[in-house]
Amino acid sequence: MIEAHELTKRYGRTTAVDGLSFRVRPGVVTGFLGPNGSGKTTTLRTALGLNRPTAGSVTIGGRPFRERRRGMRHAGALLDAQDVHPGRSAYAHLRALACANSIPRGRVTEVLEEVGLAAVARRRVGGYSLGMKQRLGIAGALLGDPPVLLFDEPLNGLDPEGVLWSRGLFHRLAAEGRTVFVSSHLMSEMEQTADHLIVIGRGRLIADEPLARFAARGTRPSVTVRTPDPGALARALRSEGAALETRGDGSCTVTGLSTDRIAEIALDHRIVLHELVPRGSSLEEAFLELTADSSDHRAGESG
Amino acid sequence: MNRLIAAEWIKLWSLRSTSLVLLSGALVIIGITANSARSNVDLIRRSGSEEQRSFIDPMHAAFMPDAFQILMLIAGSVGAITIFGEYTSGLIRTTFAAIPARHEVAAAKIILIAAVMSVLGAAVAAASFGITQAIYGQEGVGMPFGAPGTARAIAASALLAPLSALVGMALGAMIRHATGTMVSLVGLLFLLPALVRGETYRWVAEIGNAMPISAWSALTDNPARPDHPAKYPVTLAEAWTVFGAWALVAVVVTVLVVRRRDV
Repeated sequence: MIEAHELTKRYGRTTAVDGLSFRVRPGVVTGFLGPNGSGKTTTLRTALGLNRPTAGSVTIGGRPFRERRRGMRHAGALLDAQDVHPGRSAYAHLRALACANSIPRGRVTEVLEEVGLAAVARRRVGGYSLGMKQRLGIAGALLGDPPVLLFDEPLNGLDPEGVLWSRGLFHRLAAEGRTVFVSSHLMSEMEQTADHLIVIGRGRLIADEPLARFAARGTRPSVTVRTPDPGALARALRSEGAALETRGDGSCTVTGLSTDRIAEIALDHRIVLHELVPRGSSLEEAFLELTADSSDHRAGESG
Repeated sequence: MNRLIAAEWIKLWSLRSTSLVLLSGALVIIGITANSARSNVDLIRRSGSEEQRSFIDPMHAAFMPDAFQILMLIAGSVGAITIFGEYTSGLIRTTFAAIPARHEVAAAKIILIAAVMSVLGAAVAAASFGITQAIYGQEGVGMPFGAPGTARAIAASALLAPLSALVGMALGAMIRHATGTMVSLVGLLFLLPALVRGETYRWVAEIGNAMPISAWSALTDNPARPDHPAKYPVTLAEAWTVFGAWALVAVVVTVLVVRRRDV
């Protein structure tokens, strides 16, 4: 369990995290979603005791992480795949971490095999690809067999096979009853990964709900309609209060009416329909719409 | 704590550069002092006069300032790298997430580096003394290990290595940047003492006397051959105090800075 209570972190005049409260529960994969610069990394680092909160608190397993003497058996984290010395081998890197946390040496070999780095474990990390470094970071997080796992943008740099593998891993870890907290700035990544979402923008909480409910909000559903007589259909639908957007190929996008209602209106007006397709709103759209006001880095906008 | 020291031991030696730098540094230092003794022996042989023989202070070649400044630089750099290397690579976040008790991490690093550098310093100082005196022994001017002042000189030279390493660690923790740390290390250990030389003003001389390099110089003087007396000399007690004070301040700074800052 990870709990943030009115967590605030300021750097000078910049407020990175602003009164954030949430609870990450065990047993499900919780996605931590927000645009770049929205405070995800700051929140995760503060949870791990790397940053001191300006106000409020965040605890892992009921205690601020800084109060623990050793961390790896309480929480495992992959913050940045580059947070490792390039001159050391993966084995030496993990061996030192294991040693400091009184984790037996055999566990190092175990996690290296689990993430598929056993064959290259004796090579210097500096020569690894980003994907290999991500795997090493995940190995480090798993080392202490912790009940809580935090991953900051773990899918960056992974190939499609690696993405599938890590999704499977996150689900398995959650199924084992662990708390799994995975951040991303891409909704599409979370769509297949998370069961629950915590969405933030500009350091503030925007949504904290199951993925399915999050998907249901956002853009209203629309219907794509194609007809040989678009003019007549448009008049008919508009008189019923629908909004229409005509496209070049003779089809148009209708919002404000269901497919059933559109079909009835077309029948009433004896208009032939060649196509009638409902389009649900995508998660990506829901995410963009929700965070649009809170994004710090919108294209074509300064400041 | 033992586990943390063991972990730091793994980290130190799993970087190839560590053993390379320490070993080659030790060989260079011993090479310089041995060569100095050899050329003095040559001088004695060529001049053939008894006077030349008595001019030579055999202790000076064993503890040549130039050679032991290299020891300071090497020890200081390796000490600094163990700290700023974690910050510049980002490893420090992995380390502190794994070991939230930061003061224990700092303490483990300090204990390990101080111990390793003491061994290095002792080996270099003893080897330098033994080899130079063996070379002088060919002309009968070498000093035995038990001669007055030799134990002190070897001990001071051995401790110069951990002292420099601790200073490097403190600077590394404060500056957390490779170039900045190295420049300030050279500035603090070598340039600053050069700036406060001279005996015109007492306060300037006293600052100069408080530098590790001046303290080391006083501790490696041959008591059998008094230098021309300085106006504001460094006593042996003062010299040891300087060593202790620098080490203590460096340790306190390292632990406090590492604890306080966000990473």
